[in-house]
Amino acid sequence: MTFKEHYRFSLNRPAPTLDSDIITLAHGSGGLLTNRLLDNGVFELFDHSELQKREDGAVLNLSGSVAFSTDSFVISPIFFPGGNIGELAVNGTVNDVAMTGGIPQFLSLAFIIEEGLPVADFWEILLSIEHAANQAGVKIVTGDTKVVERGKGDQIFINTTGVGRLHQRALLDSTRIKPGDSIIVSGNVASHGMAILSKREGLEFETDILSDTQALNDLTVKLLDEFGHDIKVFRDPTRGGMATVLNEIAGQVDLGVALESEELPILPAVKSACEIFGLDPLYVANEGLFIAIVSKKVATKMLDILRGTEKGKDASIIGSVVEDHPGKVTASSGLGGKRVVSMPIAEQLPRIC
Amino acid sequence: MKYLDEYRDPKLARLVLDKIFESVSRPWSIMEICGGQTHSLVKNGILEILPKEITMIHGPGCPVCVTPINLIDKAILLAENANVILCSFGDMVRVPGSRKSLLQSKSEGSDIRIVYSPLEAVKLASQNPDKEVVFFAVGFETTAPTNALSVVQAAKMGLANYSILTSHVLVPPALNALLSDPESTIDGVLAAGHVCTVMGFKEYYPIAKKYKTPIVITGFEPVDLLQGILTTIEMLENQRFDVINEYGRVVEKEGNPHAMAIINEAFEVSDRKWRGVGNIDNSGYQLREKYQNYDADLKFAIKMNEVEENAECIAGSIMKGQKKPIDCIHFGKKCNPENPLGAPMVSSEGACAAYYHFSHSLFQNVS
Repeated sequence: MTFKEHYRFSLNRPAPTLDSDIITLAHGSGGLLTNRLLDNGVFELFDHSELQKREDGAVLNLSGSVAFSTDSFVISPIFFPGGNIGELAVNGTVNDVAMTGGIPQFLSLAFIIEEGLPVADFWEILLSIEHAANQAGVKIVTGDTKVVERGKGDQIFINTTGVGRLHQRALLDSTRIKPGDSIIVSGNVASHGMAILSKREGLEFETDILSDTQALNDLTVKLLDEFGHDIKVFRDPTRGGMATVLNEIAGQVDLGVALESEELPILPAVKSACEIFGLDPLYVANEGLFIAIVSKKVATKMLDILRGTEKGKDASIIGSVVEDHPGKVTASSGLGGKRVVSMPIAEQLPRIC
Repeated sequence: MKYLDEYRDPKLARLVLDKIFESVSRPWSIMEICGGQTHSLVKNGILEILPKEITMIHGPGCPVCVTPINLIDKAILLAENANVILCSFGDMVRVPGSRKSLLQSKSEGSDIRIVYSPLEAVKLASQNPDKEVVFFAVGFETTAPTNALSVVQAAKMGLANYSILTSHVLVPPALNALLSDPESTIDGVLAAGHVCTVMGFKEYYPIAKKYKTPIVITGFEPVDLLQGILTTIEMLENQRFDVINEYGRVVEKEGNPHAMAIINEAFEVSDRKWRGVGNIDNSGYQLREKYQNYDADLKFAIKMNEVEENAECIAGSIMKGQKKPIDCIHFGKKCNPENPLGAPMVSSEGACAAYYHFSHSLFQNVS
């Protein structure tokens, strides 16, 4: 990645001056240096009343059903084409809350930093977190920073937890899935995983593939407003890809999932990279799309609405729920044959030839 | 994608399939050599739609599967040396050795790196002058050029801390061995396009003639494979025993002279042991004398005892095409990708893995 791609946000907003160019153990020790890091970094950026109180935690005003989710982010490399670990940490948890039918409102943000992380990189991560939180419309209300010795971590780990009230019309429950329901995917698959792979040590290849990391709460809220109970589940197929999520659903409801391979939306560059590495895009990670299982009667209209949005312009109906082969996912080959899309055993590895 | 989508066109595939139905008049057994072909046949459901007269026999063309078990043990032993960084292709790391796999060794703390190209391993060697970097160089003719190049490159750079653990095998001698087996039921052969891309296909003419077996070079997409099957059936029905190249968009008769030159620079032909198949004369490569300093086997001089294969695994019979994965009583039960008895269940080109992952009708019987 070029300098410009790496420092997308901090290029025009340089980091505050600290006593050191790298994060040291002292920055996490709770003393003066911690305060300096927080004063000049975190608090200045996330400027709102809940955080500025500097209490040990935040007091939130919530009522009714609340959606609640947490996730930890340990991605390597921490900067990748199309994003970095910071925005991933915001979008990932925002999406987890959104997938339950929640409207994400508040996030916690906790860092575990390995000593030696450049302050410039930490600053860039903070700015991208600010950007992602603004985009998703969530407030960061509490957090924590720990620094561990060199070798005890991998640059930076982030944990985020998100809460938000449940959408009034949400009735997301996999037990409501029925044979005949349609399966919609909101965008091109496998981009994130291939963007990461292109930068992984030992496997680097030159490509323009970007991670799809983005918050999806605007889309899920829009669809829930319009279609309410006709939406049976939302899932975001992150690690393990589409195959994992669809196998989980098929197993939970004891029905089959039949995919039409031809309908799977995928960017040509991603498809080519998958071909070269011998990877099945159905198993590659995504960070900015969801699968919706919906009543067949609303599927076409939902597709039209999704395609009218920037984030959903490549959405597609990729298959349906069937009574055949309960618990299993199949994909048509287009030749009249079909194959099982089995639950992945472990991470896919590039093959020899 | 150009050169791929056309060869996945369902209409075109159907057209070729219809021709196969028209051409076939009696039972024939065709072996596809390469595991990549096997996976495509199973993944695309082609085995289900072929006429019942045609039996596809899955060949030994899975580099991971034919790598001897004691060589995997040797790689693990090297990786367990704290001064060694062991680099491997991705799908080698899950293959069971006699004690464990490379992946298990990695989780126990060995420094094992997955690389896509051996040149990455050379780069690691130059970045880590205090470490010994060993590349586990397995494969057929397809990976030989880059593996050879890595050694030539390391020599040019004067790197003393790079070496390769070689298990290179060659297709034509193996094909010879399979066809000369009195128990062979192979009537025709689909030769692997990628191997021929490197080596050309002149070596196949005497084999086709000697064993009265038509050989067709194919690619890996559905239409490629169906066209290969059609051409083989047409030759068999007409008692023609020739070599035909149906992968003309990639394969030249003479192969790739640059790739062959680099192989020839670093390697010489040697006898090789194939896991599950046995010793085959002149069926592999070893480093030439001038590159002996880069031979991990000589450099580390590890003596390994012969180890017994798991007696419950029928991988040998599967590799020779005498049995199918579903003929194994352990398939999908005691043997699965999480707990494999043999290599074909974990390699991305193994026949057992293909059946396990993709085969709809067969899979239902074993789960």
